[in-house]
Amino acid sequence: MDLFNLGIRSIFIDNMIFAYFLGMCSFLAVSKKVSTAIGLGAAVIFVLTVTVPVNWLLNEFVLKEGALSWVNGELATVDLSFLRFIMFIAIIAAMVQLVEMVVEKFAPALYGALGIFLPLIAVNCAILGGSLFMAQRDYTLAEASVYGFGSGTGFCLAIVALAAIREKLKYSHVPNGLKGLGITMLLTGLMGLAFMSFMGIDL
Amino acid sequence: MSAETIEKTIEKKPAEALFSKRRKKLVSDPLVDDNPITIQVLGICSALAVTTQMKPTLVMAISVIFVVVMSNLTISLMRNTIPSRVRIIVQLAVVATLVTLVSEVLKAFAYDMYKELSVFVGLIITNCIVMGRLEAFALGNKPYDSILDGFGSALGYSWIILAVAFFRELWGSGAVFGIPVFEYVSSLFGPDFKLATNGLMVSPVGAFIILGLIIWVQRTKTGYVEH
Repeated sequence: MDLFNLGIRSIFIDNMIFAYFLGMCSFLAVSKKVSTAIGLGAAVIFVLTVTVPVNWLLNEFVLKEGALSWVNGELATVDLSFLRFIMFIAIIAAMVQLVEMVVEKFAPALYGALGIFLPLIAVNCAILGGSLFMAQRDYTLAEASVYGFGSGTGFCLAIVALAAIREKLKYSHVPNGLKGLGITMLLTGLMGLAFMSFMGIDL
Repeated sequence: MSAETIEKTIEKKPAEALFSKRRKKLVSDPLVDDNPITIQVLGICSALAVTTQMKPTLVMAISVIFVVVMSNLTISLMRNTIPSRVRIIVQLAVVATLVTLVSEVLKAFAYDMYKELSVFVGLIITNCIVMGRLEAFALGNKPYDSILDGFGSALGYSWIILAVAFFRELWGSGAVFGIPVFEYVSSLFGPDFKLATNGLMVSPVGAFIILGLIIWVQRTKTGYVEH
């Protein structure tokens, strides 16, 4: 698949939130203010762009059926794909820790902005979901990198848009039972409806 | 010393009943008043994607109950030995192992279901309910209480996703558990009558709207207001 098309696809059509419901917890919890939503969105883009290619390497050279043949011909029949979940989550937790330390050392200003969100991200469904989809769809390394960046951007776009709407929502009269989560779910549904129009794009 | 006095010294304060009032509350609270999805806003991530039909939803619910109960038990047994700095990693390792177990069992005994649920079984690892219960309860409570607490939370999660799936399958494909209800009801009213299904219910949008409405109904009943 054309890389550019894959990027567009992962941002708009296969949007993490509106098509796969991934990362909903932080999507709902951290979308009260635009500024914090931008912080979390940026952190997600960052971590997805790093972890999806790293997990691709892990999958290609260690976990896949026959992936270990580069070590020894006898290992060509070994299939470690049942270890996928535990290895992927370990890589994600480790990468998040590493990214946190690097950012803290070299970009303190960015760390101040992203700081509290980075540890949260290790348990964000969108991050693990990105890696699992990558493994399921047999992407190449280039495709995996583009997919990681694209799906992160899609998440960022969705959470910033929702935060912008929720800031305005404060001034409207919502029925008591719908306040907070209820109206946010309905809003997300309506936004998803709008995003469905992108499905018409012929890629 | 007579046998009676020995017995008396050994006898401690009476053990708590197996299903005491407090323990019943551990199970019943998360069902309605403190529901993980509608009140605590947890675990929505992997819940909505599988709810287009009742069957995969039921499998998902059972898997989540298993993972939450077992991980709560494991972490509760280890609670005094886990250093708090590395507890997240330990929790993730325990949960990921349990989820791998579930996924391998599904692969072996229900391959179609495994294909249908695809990545969403794996995403139980990052289900916020699992981590939430481990952090908030299992780390500081005894094993039996932790099992009850995990069971209650997972049940609260299960009935909500089953309710969402019921409406989505009924209006989206006119069936319940694969039984074509709409077709049957239409046939009762003569050949020209046909109950229409709505494709929107099958799409993600339907899930958001149905869940939004369920939350509305549920919160109105319990009187919970978010500020």
